[in-house]
Amino acid sequence: MKLEVNIGGIIMKNPVATASGTFGFGLEYAGFVDLSRLGAVVVKGTTRLPRPGNPAPRICETPAGVLNAIGLENPGVEAVVEKYLPCLKDYDVPVIINIAGDTVEDYASLASRLDGCQGVAGLEVNISCPNVKKGGMLFGSDPDSAAEVIREVRAATRLPVIAKLSPNVTSIAAVAEGVARAGADAVSLINTLLGMSIDIKSRRPALGNVMGGLSGPAVRPVAVRAVWQVYRAVGIPIMGMGGIASASDALQFIMAGASAVAVGTANFVNPRATVEVLEGIESYLLENNIRDISQLVGAAHQGI
Amino acid sequence: MYSKKLRVVKNVEVIPGHRLMGLEAHELAMAAAPGQFLHVRCSETLDPLLRRPISVCLADRERGTVYMLYRIAGKGTELLARVKKGDFVDVLGPLGRGYSLPQKGDGVAVLGGGIGIAPLYFLLECIKGIYGPDTDGVSVFLGAAAYTAIPVLDQVRAMGFSVHTATDDGSGGFKGNVVQLAEEVLGGRYPDRVYACGPLPMLKSLGQALGDHPAAEVSMEEHMACGVGACLSCICRVRAKGEEPEYAHVCKDGPVFKLRDLCLA
Repeated sequence: MKLEVNIGGIIMKNPVATASGTFGFGLEYAGFVDLSRLGAVVVKGTTRLPRPGNPAPRICETPAGVLNAIGLENPGVEAVVEKYLPCLKDYDVPVIINIAGDTVEDYASLASRLDGCQGVAGLEVNISCPNVKKGGMLFGSDPDSAAEVIREVRAATRLPVIAKLSPNVTSIAAVAEGVARAGADAVSLINTLLGMSIDIKSRRPALGNVMGGLSGPAVRPVAVRAVWQVYRAVGIPIMGMGGIASASDALQFIMAGASAVAVGTANFVNPRATVEVLEGIESYLLENNIRDISQLVGAAHQGI
Repeated sequence: MYSKKLRVVKNVEVIPGHRLMGLEAHELAMAAAPGQFLHVRCSETLDPLLRRPISVCLADRERGTVYMLYRIAGKGTELLARVKKGDFVDVLGPLGRGYSLPQKGDGVAVLGGGIGIAPLYFLLECIKGIYGPDTDGVSVFLGAAAYTAIPVLDQVRAMGFSVHTATDDGSGGFKGNVVQLAEEVLGGRYPDRVYACGPLPMLKSLGQALGDHPAAEVSMEEHMACGVGACLSCICRVRAKGEEPEYAHVCKDGPVFKLRDLCLA
């Protein structure tokens, strides 16, 4: 059975990765999951300088989902390179760094800093974070500005570049086309959906940052739809995510056109969600006599 | 750290709106320390989705039973209240950093408000183990809105501690909060060791009363997602070195913090 996939030059031994922001730097979950079993670890959004993140409350539970407004709290790229990457070297797993910035120059500088860095398999370019005042989703909501960021990142690094797309757009396919033309090796989707909740006791927004990003099973149909549309629009590989909690969820993404999947919010509920998704995919392939996972990628498009 | 489905050996109401759940968990009982918490999946459904952090109220190492005292506060704990003896509950833990224990002979004050008494019960049990029968140097202050709303009061008394009570409505003991009560009883002279858990206003006024007390420890509460330091949701502000705000994470850096390190204002 062949589970190996190639996401824009990143060879993953199986299609199951972790979604950025839900798995820390991997080590937080190392007691529950053998990280070496995963297809890839995508670490927390990393910026040039350390960021404290947004004020509390940062999360709010919603039906079958979670609204978050963490605000890219992270120790900054230097600490990631010096402190976290060395710890991940003990595991046989590609590490993908999610990078975020306020300006195009920030992204380019991060890409250049991480180029040639030992232990970095690729970059996921976060042009879709809804929780920061500058940058993030502002870049990803327009095909031209999204393409500009990717073009600069592409020029600054030899690493595989994955553009992480926002669902908060009129046409995600148009943004995917833009980043593909600008040199993205792959796309990952979706980031969270912009949302809001109000505490009726205090009559105030439930989140300190007022609005936040919705994730979890509640967003899954939106994510599957986005993967479906992007698959039809571009030829580069897709890493699909959004509410995946089980193998059957993951298989929907694969059949919609994702070559790999990432497990996000489900890690909070079940720390072993990633390996359970992987094991479920393996069983599905065995039961259906499928030798290579790639046979399933985009399978649902057949005849449509 | 364990991630397991544990058999429920007890799930009973102790006072209105508060229940005690016992779980068969030998390894957990051995590993748990006072102040640590369990991250509990209240049902297998997707709504509510997240686990609930509930402190360990007692770990009975001989019997291999871990107890959680919880208040029914919403959808998650309502579902937990319906769990029956013999059912299984999915638990992660023990998580977080607990209280540092005193040495025999240290003067100790323990202040608990409402459901905040839950982790202090375990702490008192451990203090009892260290001190033996001579617990004169340990002052315990427990409070709630009303006298009948103070959980496990009789059980704490049964351990042999002399307990001072405070109630908002004056229905038992001192009328006011536990910090005011402690001020009055201790005459403003706090011992070497102070431990507290309770609502934020209580911890704030304790902070004002104690100033820069070097060893006072409090347990914090915040909405959590992962419980293991990955999602960075459950923050509390700590005293910053520079102008930028600095945050600690309740699940991993806490839930027990030195009171003087926190920015509770």
